[in-house]
Amino acid sequence: MKQLVVISGKGGTGKTSVTAALAGLGPAKVLADCDVDAADLHLVLQPEIKERWPFVSGEQPSIDPNLCTECGLCRTHCRFGAVSEDFRILPEHCEGCGVCDYVCPVGAVSMRPRVCGEQYRSETRHGPMAHAALGVGEENSGKLVTSVRREAKSLAEDRGFELVLVDGSPGVGCPVIASLTDADLAILVAEPTVSAVHDLKRVHDLTKHFRMPAALVVNKSGLNHDMESELLRYCELEGIPVLGSLPYDPIFTKAQIAGQSILEFDPNGLGENVRTIWSRLETLLA
Amino acid sequence: MKIAIASGKGGTGKTTVAVNLAAHLSRRGIPLNFIDCDVEEPNARFFLGIDIGDTRVEQVPVPVIDEDSCLGESCRKCVELCRFKALICMAGTVMAFTELCHGCGLCELACPADAIKEGTRDIGESGIGRKDGITFFQGLLRIGEAMSPPLIKAVKARAENSGLTLLDCPPGASCPVVCSLQDVDYALLVAEPTPFGLHDLNIAVQLLRELHLPFGVVLNRAGMGDERVERYLEKEAIPLLAAIPHERAAAEAYSTGALLIDGVPGFADRFSDLVAAIEHQTGRTLG
Repeated sequence: MKQLVVISGKGGTGKTSVTAALAGLGPAKVLADCDVDAADLHLVLQPEIKERWPFVSGEQPSIDPNLCTECGLCRTHCRFGAVSEDFRILPEHCEGCGVCDYVCPVGAVSMRPRVCGEQYRSETRHGPMAHAALGVGEENSGKLVTSVRREAKSLAEDRGFELVLVDGSPGVGCPVIASLTDADLAILVAEPTVSAVHDLKRVHDLTKHFRMPAALVVNKSGLNHDMESELLRYCELEGIPVLGSLPYDPIFTKAQIAGQSILEFDPNGLGENVRTIWSRLETLLA
Repeated sequence: MKIAIASGKGGTGKTTVAVNLAAHLSRRGIPLNFIDCDVEEPNARFFLGIDIGDTRVEQVPVPVIDEDSCLGESCRKCVELCRFKALICMAGTVMAFTELCHGCGLCELACPADAIKEGTRDIGESGIGRKDGITFFQGLLRIGEAMSPPLIKAVKARAENSGLTLLDCPPGASCPVVCSLQDVDYALLVAEPTPFGLHDLNIAVQLLRELHLPFGVVLNRAGMGDERVERYLEKEAIPLLAAIPHERAAAEAYSTGALLIDGVPGFADRFSDLVAAIEHQTGRTLG
């Protein structure tokens, strides 16, 4: 089984639009939305949720006010400022390390499993989909990404599918590292802008760090010729295959409003670019 | 006053709004601090033309185990207590996987043999730049490093706390954003008038309400999509502070690293509107 992950150093480069378009081509596949912070793939693919379950990760303490003697040991030892003046746990600061529980001399702290979000198994017009919603302000998005990826892989195994296509996360931190683990190829989406070129280099360094092959899709092509040349020069220098480009075009927004992928909304225009990208991808994976 | 610029999703124009607002204010003679909290992809400096100096390696605490005094297999207390699986016991030896460590100090506290001391691990660097009344702070996360909040905290800690501070937040609505929004007085949420934009704005709104932080919305690329974001704001009684029109010229200016207030006619007025709206909402003058 092959796993393809679409990532970008920076958000808003068109990762989700590219993923949704590629979903409509090639063999039967499982789709996964690993941008759990800003999961948008469902807005295009409109999955019908078949199963949902809570995502539990780590633990969260609570302090029993009837037992607490306000000795202050938990506040002194908590390095995350997660115990308030009046001895309540502030969940947005708490890392769930359990120091408070350990130091409490009267056993007023109890640790309970922490529900951080919800996971879904769904069906879409392009195949089954694994996705999730991270609870607002919750941490552990890397672990949720790992859980969605595991779910996607098991869905593919169950159905005997040979491909998993993942909408990855932006940035170079915890969620994207979790998105990349185990993947066969990272599809990097980049715009020809000063900041996107900089971010592409960072995220490409990340793929190199994990020894992961990468290929590029240029989005918003034609916006800035100098930056586009720089993008392509960088790819040549680094040996990154270029899968193709998508022009800067209001059709992206129109397709989004229509709840369709660009392949579906504009089959003869942008759809052609997507087919080119797909055929080069197939060659690369063969 | 500390004003954060945030958005549920990346690419909506957070950095664009933050840098143009900063440049606009500094040209009006208002000195300010600018903190780029997006340590994974710090980009604001490109648009402000600021060179970063005064760099400092930032570190987090991690355990260092003294094998001679460690009780090994017979104890395993630290291994069992560590909720991040950062300590393991293999062939009788306790080892630390410092990349997984959150630096809580529990292992050191719990070790009965006093065999754990605190060492450090580099997570990235912070730096400072200055130009035209803007004192600029940023962090750069080391590639392969998963946890950004400790670096965000370190960058914020370098900034003085007087006068006006603008914070350019990372995207999303999870821990790095929560960490950036800590101690902030007011937030600007930047949104796009598209289905993705509305969905992610809604998540950001939930986060700000949970944090009890007052906020307003800046609509970026206005006219690009449909009316649903504006309808949502009306329904939720969220103030629309300013609208920045969707123009190819703006996208081109952005692509070269230029400021919109320089590159696109009429855009400077939009930022004057924004300043007036922030002053109206917060009841405080920015200058």
